[in-house]
Amino acid sequence: MMESGPLTGPVPTDGSADGTHPRPAELSGVPAKPNPADGEIGGTFWRRFTFRRPLAALILQRLGLSVGLLFAVSLMISGGIEALPGDFATTYLGQSATPQAVENIRKDLGLDKPWTERYLSWLGGAVQGDFGTSWASKNSVGEQIGKRLGNSLFLAFFAALISVPLAVGLGMLAVQFRNRLPDKIINVVSLAAISLPEFFVGYLLIMFFAVKYGIATFPATVYDSMSFTERLSAIALPVATLVLVVLAHMMRMTRAAILNVMSSAYVETAELKGLSAFRIIAKHAAPNAVAPVINVIALNLAYLVVGVVVVEVVFVYPGMGQYMVDAVTVRDMPVVQACGLIFAAFYIFLNMAADILAIIANPRLRHPR
Amino acid sequence: MNLRSIPFSAWVGIAGIALAIFCAVFAPVIAPFGERDVVGDIWLPAGGDFLLGTDNLGRDLLSRLVYGARTTIFVALAATVLSFSLGMLLSFTAAVVGGFTDQFFSRFNDLMMAIPTLIFALVVLAVLPQHLWILILVMAVLDSTRVFRIGRAVALDVAVMEFVEAARLRGEGSLWIIFREILPNTLSPLLAEFGLRFAFSILFLSTLSFLGLGIQPPSADWGGMVKDNKDGIIFGISAALIPGAAIATLAICVNLVVDWLMKRTSSLKGGRGDA
Amino acid sequence: MPEMLSVKNLKIEATSYPPGEPPKVVTLVEGVSFDVEKGKVLGLIGESGAGKSTIGLSALAYGRGGVRITGGQVLLDGKDILTLDKNGIRSIRGARVCYVAQSAAAAFNPAHRLGDQVIEASVRHGIMSREEAKKRALYLFRVLGLPNPETFGDRYPHQVSGGQLQRAMTAMALCPNPELIVFDEPTTALDVTTQIDVLAAIKHAIEETHTAALYITHDLAVVAQISDDIMVLRHGKTVEYGTTKQVIEAPREDYTRALVSVRQTKRDEAADQTGAQLKIEHVSAGYANGFKVLHDVSMHLPKGQTLAIVGESGSGKSTLARVITGLLPPTEGRISFEGKELPRALKGRSNDELRRIQMIYQMADTAMNPRQTVRDIVGRPLSFYFGMHGQKKSERVKELLDQIEMGSRFLDRYPAELSGGQKQRVAIARALAAKPELILCDEPTSALDPLVAEGILNLLLKLQEETAVSYVFITHDIAIVRAIADSVAVMHRGRLVRFGPKSKVLSPPFDDYTDLLLKSVPEMEIGWLERVLKTRRMESAGN
Repeated sequence: MMESGPLTGPVPTDGSADGTHPRPAELSGVPAKPNPADGEIGGTFWRRFTFRRPLAALILQRLGLSVGLLFAVSLMISGGIEALPGDFATTYLGQSATPQAVENIRKDLGLDKPWTERYLSWLGGAVQGDFGTSWASKNSVGEQIGKRLGNSLFLAFFAALISVPLAVGLGMLAVQFRNRLPDKIINVVSLAAISLPEFFVGYLLIMFFAVKYGIATFPATVYDSMSFTERLSAIALPVATLVLVVLAHMMRMTRAAILNVMSSAYVETAELKGLSAFRIIAKHAAPNAVAPVINVIALNLAYLVVGVVVVEVVFVYPGMGQYMVDAVTVRDMPVVQACGLIFAAFYIFLNMAADILAIIANPRLRHPR
Repeated sequence: MNLRSIPFSAWVGIAGIALAIFCAVFAPVIAPFGERDVVGDIWLPAGGDFLLGTDNLGRDLLSRLVYGARTTIFVALAATVLSFSLGMLLSFTAAVVGGFTDQFFSRFNDLMMAIPTLIFALVVLAVLPQHLWILILVMAVLDSTRVFRIGRAVALDVAVMEFVEAARLRGEGSLWIIFREILPNTLSPLLAEFGLRFAFSILFLSTLSFLGLGIQPPSADWGGMVKDNKDGIIFGISAALIPGAAIATLAICVNLVVDWLMKRTSSLKGGRGDA
Repeated sequence: MPEMLSVKNLKIEATSYPPGEPPKVVTLVEGVSFDVEKGKVLGLIGESGAGKSTIGLSALAYGRGGVRITGGQVLLDGKDILTLDKNGIRSIRGARVCYVAQSAAAAFNPAHRLGDQVIEASVRHGIMSREEAKKRALYLFRVLGLPNPETFGDRYPHQVSGGQLQRAMTAMALCPNPELIVFDEPTTALDVTTQIDVLAAIKHAIEETHTAALYITHDLAVVAQISDDIMVLRHGKTVEYGTTKQVIEAPREDYTRALVSVRQTKRDEAADQTGAQLKIEHVSAGYANGFKVLHDVSMHLPKGQTLAIVGESGSGKSTLARVITGLLPPTEGRISFEGKELPRALKGRSNDELRRIQMIYQMADTAMNPRQTVRDIVGRPLSFYFGMHGQKKSERVKELLDQIEMGSRFLDRYPAELSGGQKQRVAIARALAAKPELILCDEPTSALDPLVAEGILNLLLKLQEETAVSYVFITHDIAIVRAIADSVAVMHRGRLVRFGPKSKVLSPPFDDYTDLLLKSVPEMEIGWLERVLKTRRMESAGN
C-alpha cells in the first residue's frame, strides 16, 4: 500500500506536468482555456461568451443538447417503427384478413401517406399535446395520458420523497461506519436489494401486508372521487415497492460519492488543521459532496420513472406505465409512441438536470478566472 | 489463482450459479413431471406428490421451475454473450480508430441510451413479431449500449498508455494493438462487467416475460411463471413468489461473484494476476 | 537551547494487502531519532519510499491510510504527543504544528476562498480573533511576496497559479504562529524558475517568524539552501545525521557521498558538429483545437551525437518529440532523417523508417505492457522488424539483456517484478532491439532516484560508444545536459530560445531566459540561494 501498483509508480517531478498536452477538462465540454500568451481571445461571439461566462455557456450547451436529443428520439421512435418489418394493418386485422380490408384499414389509420408527412404531423401535434387517437379505443391519446401521467407522477413523487432522504442518510451512515459492521450489513443488504425484480418485491409486500395482515389495500386503484388520504393509503404499497427498489442503488452511489470526497487531500488538510470531525464534514466535505450526490439522486429519479412501469402493472394502478404495457400487447401504436416519447422526455430531462446541477455546484465553473 | 483467496460470499454465489446451471442442463432428468403436463388440481399447496405445489393450470411447479431455469438462463446468457461481443467489438474499434468513427459510434450510442431500456424494448417489441431469437436480439442490442460505454472507457484508459503508443510507433497494426496490448489489460474489469450484464439480463428478461412480452407460453420461464400465478396472490397462494424468489436468488448469486471480481480488479490494478 | 521537537526511536508500521495473499505488516520507519530547536530547520532527505513524509506526519501524530506509529516518542516542547487523546492531538494540529503539503492544488478546498482557508485554523483554535487573523494573513501574503496581498485572499484556489498556491499554503501554516512547521516537498511540483521564488519566500518567512521546521525533499541541493541540519534517510532508517555543512562538505557515509557527488559523469562535446543526421526545419505544430504549441523550431543533430532539449513544463519539448515520431504531424516545416524528408504522420512512414527512430519514456512503468514478460517486450521488435523467431530470437534477447547489464535471469519476469531502474533498462533494451540510429529519450531519468539515474545515464553513454546511436535527450535538468550533451537547445513557451554546441549555449553572454533558467537550478553549495538573490537584487537596482 505504500508503493501502489506498477502503473502509478513514483511521482514525476516535472515532465508529467508538462503543459504542452491539452489539459484534460474537468467536465466534458468545458471550453479549453487558451493560453493568454499565445492566442488572442476573440473569434465568434459564442467563443467570447464561453470564455467570459463558462457556466452559462455550459448550461446553454446542455439544454440545447437535450432538446436535440429529444428530437432525435422522436425521430427514432417514429422512423424506427417504419423501418422495422411487420405491417400494422395485417397485425391489426389478423392474418386471415382480405387484402381489401387491409387496404381500407391502412387508409383509415393514415398508413398510406408517406412517413415523413405522418411524422411531421405527429410531431406537430405532440408539441401541442395532441398525440392522435388510439387505434384500440378510438379515444384521444392526449386526454388519456393527461389523466394517467398525473397518477404516475403522484406515485413517483411520494417514492422520491421517501427514498431520497433515506438513501442519503443511509449512505452517510455507511461512510461514518466505513468497513465496520453497519457498513457491511448495509452493503450486503443493498447488494441483495438491487438483485430483486420489482414485481417480486411488489408481490411479496402484497402477500404480507394486504393478504396476510390486511393493513394495506390491493389493487391500488385510484378514482377521481377519492380523497387525498384515501389516495395515499391506496398507493402505500406501490410507493414502498418503488422505494425499496431504488433505495439500494441510490445509497450505494451516495456512499461512493461521499467516500471519494472524504479521501481527498483537502479533507486531510482539514484534519491536519485540528478541526472537529463535524466541522470537517459540514464545512469541507459537504460542499464538495453536494454535486455528486445531487447527480446520483437525479440519475436515480430517472430510473424511478421507468420503475413505475412494472410497479403499476403489479398493483393495477391506472398510470402511464400500465397504459403503455396494455397498448404494447394490443399493438396500439399511437399510444405506444406517445408513452415512449413522454418517458424518454422525462428520462432526458432528469439526466440533464443532473448534469446542470453538477455544473452549477462546481466552484471552478462558478468562479471563473 | 489461489482458491483460498476467494471469500465466502463469492463461494455462495458460485454454488448458486452452479446449481442453476445444473438444473438447466439436466432438466429432463431432474424434473419429476413434464414441462407442460397438467398433473393435478390448480394451485395445490406444497407437499405430497408436488414438492412445491401446482400452478394456475395444475402443472407441477417444481418441474416448471427446473425447466424454467433452462429457458431463463439460456436466453439471458445468449443475450449477454451477443451484447458483449457487439459492444466490445464496436467500443474497441471506436477507441483504437478514434476520429470520426469514434464520434459517430459514441453519439449514436448516446442517442440509444437517452431512451430508457425498458421503454425502448416495449416500443420495439410492440412492432416486431414474437420470436425467441428476436427477443434475444432486442435484449442484446439494447444492452450492448451499456457495454459499449464501459468498453470504450476501459479501452481508452489503456489506449492512452505509453506502451500502446510504443506499439503504434513500432508500426503495429490495429489488430495487434487491440488483441495483444489492450485486451489482456482489460480482462478483469470486463469480466466483472460481463457478470453485471448477465445479472441485468436475467432481471430484464424476467420483467419482459412478466409483462407478457418475453418468452411466450406454454414454455416455462421464471418471469412468465410469476405472471401466470399472480392472480393467486389475492387468495393467499404463494405460487407466484416461488419463481420470483428463484430469479432474485440467481441474480444475487451473480452479483456476489461480480462484487468479488470488482474488488479483485481494483486491488490488482496493473499487477500481473492470472485472470 | 531546549528542543522544540524531539523524536526518539520512532517506529512506524503499516498493513499491506497483497492480492491473493494474507495481509502482512510492513515496517516503514525504524529507530529514527532527531531534535529540532526553535528557529532551526531540519532537512529530511531520501529517495521515494525512504519514509520521509511518514516521519514528517508523525510530528502531527498522523498516519496516512493504514499507517500506524507503533513505537518511540514524539516530544513537542518536552511532552509526548503520541500519548495524547483525540482532543489533545486536535489541539496541537493546526495550532502548534502545521503542515505544508506537496500538492497545494489538491490540498486546498476548491469550494472556499483562500483567505478563509488560511485563517481557519487560527480562528477555530481560538488563537486569534477573525480580524487579527485576517491582518496576520495579509502580513504573511506580503512576506511571501504574493501579488495584490489585499485581495489575494478573496480568490478561489483554481484562480491562482501553482507557485502562488504553494506560497498560500505556507501562509496557511504560518498563520497560527505555530511552534513547528512540516514542509513536505513544497517545491517539487514546481518548475525550477518558480521553485527558486517559493524557496526564497519560505526561507524568508521562517526567518521572520522564528518557527522551527522540518523540511522534506529528495533534492539535496534544495535542502542545503534552507536547513541548518540534515538527516539522510534510506529504507526507513537513518543513514547520516549532522549539520548541513558537515553533510554537504564532508559526508561520512558512502550513500551520502554518492548523493552529494551525483552526476560526476562528464563528457566533453564532440568537436565536429557539422553533419546532420536529423534535421528539423521551421517546424510549427499544434493541436486540433487550434492551440499552437510549437513556433518555427529549427535544429539539427549529427550522427552518433547527443542533442539535449531543455525547458520547463509548457516549453513544448515533449511536443517536439511527438512531432519527430510522427504522432503529432507538424503544421509547417519539415523533418529529415539521413538526408531524406520523413513523412509527416506516423501512418505514412515505412516500417524501416519507424525502426530507425526509437523512443524511451519517462515512466518505464506505463511504457511497458504489464501483461508481457521481459522476453516478450524485448523480443517483439526482433520478430516485427527482422522476422526473428525461436532460438535465434531468444539468443538475441539474451545478448540485449547482457548489453543493458541485466542478464538472462530476468527473461521471464513481468514489469511489476522489476525495480524502477531495471524497468528503464528493459525499455532501453527494447529500443536497442530495433537497431535504431536515433533514440528519443523523454526525461528517462527524472522519475528515478539519483543513484539509479546515474546508472542509466552511464549505460546510455556506453551504448552510444558501442553502437554509434544518436540521442535526442529531453530534460529539465541542466546537470544532465552538462553531463551528456554535445549540443543543446533551450526552449521556452514553444519557441527555440538558444541552440548550439554545449560549450557555447551554457556560457555567457546569455539571453534573458537562459540566464534565468541557469541561475534557478539549485547548486550543491551552501549559500547559493542568498548569492543568487543578491545578484538579482543588484541587477534590478542597476536597471
